[in-house]
Amino acid sequence: MPGFDFSNYNRNAALHARGVPLPKATSTGTTIVGCIYDNGVVIAADTRATSGPIVADKNCEKLHYIAPKIWCAGAGTAADTEFTTALISSNVELHSLSTGRDPRVITCMTMLKQHLFRYQGHIGAYLVVAGVDPTGIGLYTVHAHGSTDKLPYVTMGSGSLAAMSVFESMWQPDLDKDGAVKLCAEAIKAGIFNDLGSGSNVDVCIIEKDKPTQLLRNYEKPNERGQKERNYRFPRGTTAWLNQKVISKEDMKKYVTIETLSGDSNLAEKMDVDS
Amino acid sequence: MTSITGHPAGGEGIGYSFSQPTAAPVKQHGFYPYTDNGGSTLGITGSDFAILAGDTRSTSGYNINSRMVPKVFKIGGDDETGEGAQIVLSVVGFAADGNALKERLDAVVKMYKYQHGKPMSVSACAQRLSTILYGKRFFPYYVHAILAGLDEEGKGALYSYDPVGSYEREQCRAAGAAASLIMPFLDNQVNFKNQYIPGSGEGHALEAKKAEPLPQTHVEQLVRDAFTSAVERHIEVGDNLQMMIITREGIKEVFHPLKKD
Repeated sequence: MPGFDFSNYNRNAALHARGVPLPKATSTGTTIVGCIYDNGVVIAADTRATSGPIVADKNCEKLHYIAPKIWCAGAGTAADTEFTTALISSNVELHSLSTGRDPRVITCMTMLKQHLFRYQGHIGAYLVVAGVDPTGIGLYTVHAHGSTDKLPYVTMGSGSLAAMSVFESMWQPDLDKDGAVKLCAEAIKAGIFNDLGSGSNVDVCIIEKDKPTQLLRNYEKPNERGQKERNYRFPRGTTAWLNQKVISKEDMKKYVTIETLSGDSNLAEKMDVDS
Repeated sequence: MTSITGHPAGGEGIGYSFSQPTAAPVKQHGFYPYTDNGGSTLGITGSDFAILAGDTRSTSGYNINSRMVPKVFKIGGDDETGEGAQIVLSVVGFAADGNALKERLDAVVKMYKYQHGKPMSVSACAQRLSTILYGKRFFPYYVHAILAGLDEEGKGALYSYDPVGSYEREQCRAAGAAASLIMPFLDNQVNFKNQYIPGSGEGHALEAKKAEPLPQTHVEQLVRDAFTSAVERHIEVGDNLQMMIITREGIKEVFHPLKKD
């Protein structure tokens, strides 16, 4: 069966009425922006994901792929932005294959708004859709309830007011690529420093006519953590244990099959680990 | 009898599956005198010193009110410079109540000195603070207070309070927004909880690492690491770190920058 599974709805509603709390979704605080320039469009995002007042991810990715020349910045419920953009990306590709034409930003925006309107705001995805297509440059915002705007510069998320204040004081109608990228980064930084729901780094995506799309992951890192003053490595044997059993590599081979992969380790993004 | 919708048609019109609003909803007006201004504080004692620290960010919701609102105060000193003070109080929670509480305790400690001709001891001040807090049992000061100084033997003294005056003398305590992040770190690094002496035995015979007072520089490093780490994972903590170091020589106040995102 396609679509969502509502079979637990009545059970969960009854449990909630008896005082069981509903599960909490990740990330409602975000700053995302977009800005067009003479030959294309730029979108940018911060990289903080929160769960209440706790930072869930210090360097998450909020710029989502829709098509090679259409990208989407997402605010709101992390899972909803992720799955909605993935679904529309899939449908946009099928549509492009079926029509034999490059996908259009307005098509993508319409599919998003129709999907979101159908769910009456319960899918908490707040998006900035941007791209270039045969009709020109497109930049839209899509709200969770299905309303959309088409503007030369846009902001969304809890840091949208901080970011918009930058656009309203510095935006000009004749921006070039560098100017648009710098302005978007500045708007995101206003969100990072003045909105508690936003933080860490700036991600930028540049979509230009007749040029490959550039995703500039961590374009700026204005919040790098300094060195810790003490070393917190414990001497071996500090942790108590009640008994131990050593399983040798040879014994392990009885239970699992070991395969060595020859992938390029530089291809995958490295995980941040505190020293 | 069943209506065309498949639901039993009640006495009054159509049988809706959802509840019908009978009248205009009753408007409830509320006055909320408290707000949470975020931030965190932390106190650790040693054999001849006590350190009280707090961040200087003041928040409301997702907004920053100010990046420089100190939460740690000298008590019983000069009004402007704080000179002559021997006791330090930190308050975190509702900033307005925190300030009111600081002002009250400051006045009490000064009056004590004027009437008795000697400074108030930390233990006496601790008991008095508890009384002040409990005095507002049914409209509490919405704060977690920590009081620090040196006791009669010159050892570091630290008292922590709940909002209605329950208090206890401790070696270390974290309070406020990031207390749940900092306190386990302190348990492990100050009281050496969950740490055992390597090779001292097997299973239950393993000997636990004993807590002992730490040197001052060591504690200062722990405080700074605790805050830089709390800043990483709590959105309401940041901007600056304020540290008050109480020794026999007096109170030293130092500020240290923290991340501002």
